[in-house]
Amino acid sequence: MPFLNFLAGRIAKGLLVLLAIAILNFLLIRAAPGDPAMVMAGEAGAADAVFLEQLRQRFGLDKPFIEQLWLYLKGYLVLDLGFSYRQQQPVLGLIMARLPATLLLTGTAFVLSLGMGMVLGILAARRVGRLSDSAITLAALVFYATPLFWVALLAQIVFALKLGWVPNIGYETIGAGYTGFRRALDIGHHLILPALTLGLFFMALYARMMRASMLEVAGADFVKTARAKGLSEGLITRRHVARNALLPVVTLAGLQAGQLVGGAVLTETVFAWPGIGRLMFEALAQRDYALLLGVFFVSSAMVVALNLLTDIVYRAVDPRIEAAS
Amino acid sequence: MSGARKKAARKNAMQRFAANKGAVVGLVVLLLILVIAVAGPWYYPTSPWRMVGRPFLAPFVMERFPLGTDTLGRDIAAGLAHGARVSLLIGLVSTSVALLIGVPLGAMAGYFGGWIDDVAMRFTEFFQTIPSFALAIVIVAILQPSLTSIVLAIGVVSWPPVARLVRGEVMSLRTREYVQAAVTLGQSTPRIIFSQVLPNAVAPIIVMGSLMVASAILLESALSFLGLGDPNMMTWGYMVGAGRTRLIDAWWVSFFPGFAIFLTVLALNLVGEGLNDALNPRLSGGRS
Repeated sequence: MPFLNFLAGRIAKGLLVLLAIAILNFLLIRAAPGDPAMVMAGEAGAADAVFLEQLRQRFGLDKPFIEQLWLYLKGYLVLDLGFSYRQQQPVLGLIMARLPATLLLTGTAFVLSLGMGMVLGILAARRVGRLSDSAITLAALVFYATPLFWVALLAQIVFALKLGWVPNIGYETIGAGYTGFRRALDIGHHLILPALTLGLFFMALYARMMRASMLEVAGADFVKTARAKGLSEGLITRRHVARNALLPVVTLAGLQAGQLVGGAVLTETVFAWPGIGRLMFEALAQRDYALLLGVFFVSSAMVVALNLLTDIVYRAVDPRIEAAS
Repeated sequence: MSGARKKAARKNAMQRFAANKGAVVGLVVLLLILVIAVAGPWYYPTSPWRMVGRPFLAPFVMERFPLGTDTLGRDIAAGLAHGARVSLLIGLVSTSVALLIGVPLGAMAGYFGGWIDDVAMRFTEFFQTIPSFALAIVIVAILQPSLTSIVLAIGVVSWPPVARLVRGEVMSLRTREYVQAAVTLGQSTPRIIFSQVLPNAVAPIIVMGSLMVASAILLESALSFLGLGDPNMMTWGYMVGAGRTRLIDAWWVSFFPGFAIFLTVLALNLVGEGLNDALNPRLSGGRS
């Protein structure tokens, strides 16, 4: 069962990465100026003595370093990511409540950017040197250099505040009490602007990559053969060039998954989208480091899962990999 | 290479750079921003944090405040001039930090191969998997926002591509005859790496470095937008964030600093691509 072996290997690798991130979190708390218990409790003075004592117990601050690390990792093993003193709730619960919104936003942005980037890249490559190619290339260059939070703000001014096409902020119309399909439609309406602005940079990236990759494949021998056989240009582009040109773009998209999740912090902050990115911003504002590190851990876990998914998709797209491994 | 040939090669590279119109435009814009960064604080000697006029003055109305004032009556043009210095400084220094981590690590991995390569590449992959912006946020927040922590955070999240690039270059260079000759001559390994191998890998590192300065500036602006900037420094990202609450009636407060970031990053990307054409003529086009 080569596929199961492959899957088991990848999952083991992903778990190792998560373990390393838990260790990194532990080291970061130690790197902070001051007593780790004070750091985790938030701003000095905000926590009462009993809670601080509990934290010291929990972290085993009177025990040797290695034992402290083990205590910390034991928490992660049972998915206990700590307690948010500010919100008086376990960190994991706070994050789980916000996770669906982030998955919806990043998932939509990912699909949008990959789909549109591919189409634009193919269009540009088929019209090399013509006006539409230059336009697409220029747009890609511009979006590539635009700060995400700024473009989100501009989109908010123009499309929400001035034109009123889409809602300004939020996840759904508060107090409307929509249910079922009507509610899904309402959320979708709120989703358009955040997903588009988040996906814009990645769309530019994939379009550039797709264009370059298309041009590279177009010079290959098998394309000449296809042309010599008398196949139509459209068929050659679709069947022979685009399919092969897709592979490096899918690889890149997998590598960029982490960037997408990071970008969600900015988009969610601007659009008040109630996901874990916004939660991270709130944790920052309140100096709630337990929550901050928890969000960091969960977003890394999201990236690991996304990478696993791209690996599987990649094997489906390119059967040669199976033959090689 | 002899002196004359070196000169000819340099002339060739400069010609190729000059043939790329985008790169030349980018270079001119970049030089302009550099002049502003150097001369700005001299032209606006008072602190950009000072309230100098009525709040919410529109741009292009008063001669004294060509770009208007913000929510607290601070001069936006002055803020932009002071922010240019911070952006370029952080971009350059944090890229140097990333190079200082990535180049030695990649060179070691590529030169020695074997288990050293294995360990180094696992380490690099790990850092590439972590969502880098989230890691940068966590580092700056926990170490407290300051110039040092920001530079450190950006450096720590941006070195992996450098390590991979240098590793690949070194791997292909170390089998070359002149490197083998140096080994036979009994030169020490560090000396071979630094005097034989790395000088020949400089061109792609320069190209990548120029593009990295651009992404470092973007990253810094995003951090200060979230309120993680150095509290003593006026930065473009902070200015965008500060104007965000009054977007509808004072768009210019957020618009101009954001445009400054965009322009700088675009110029750097154009210059980077021009350098790529000039220094790696065979590789151009296949950027990944």
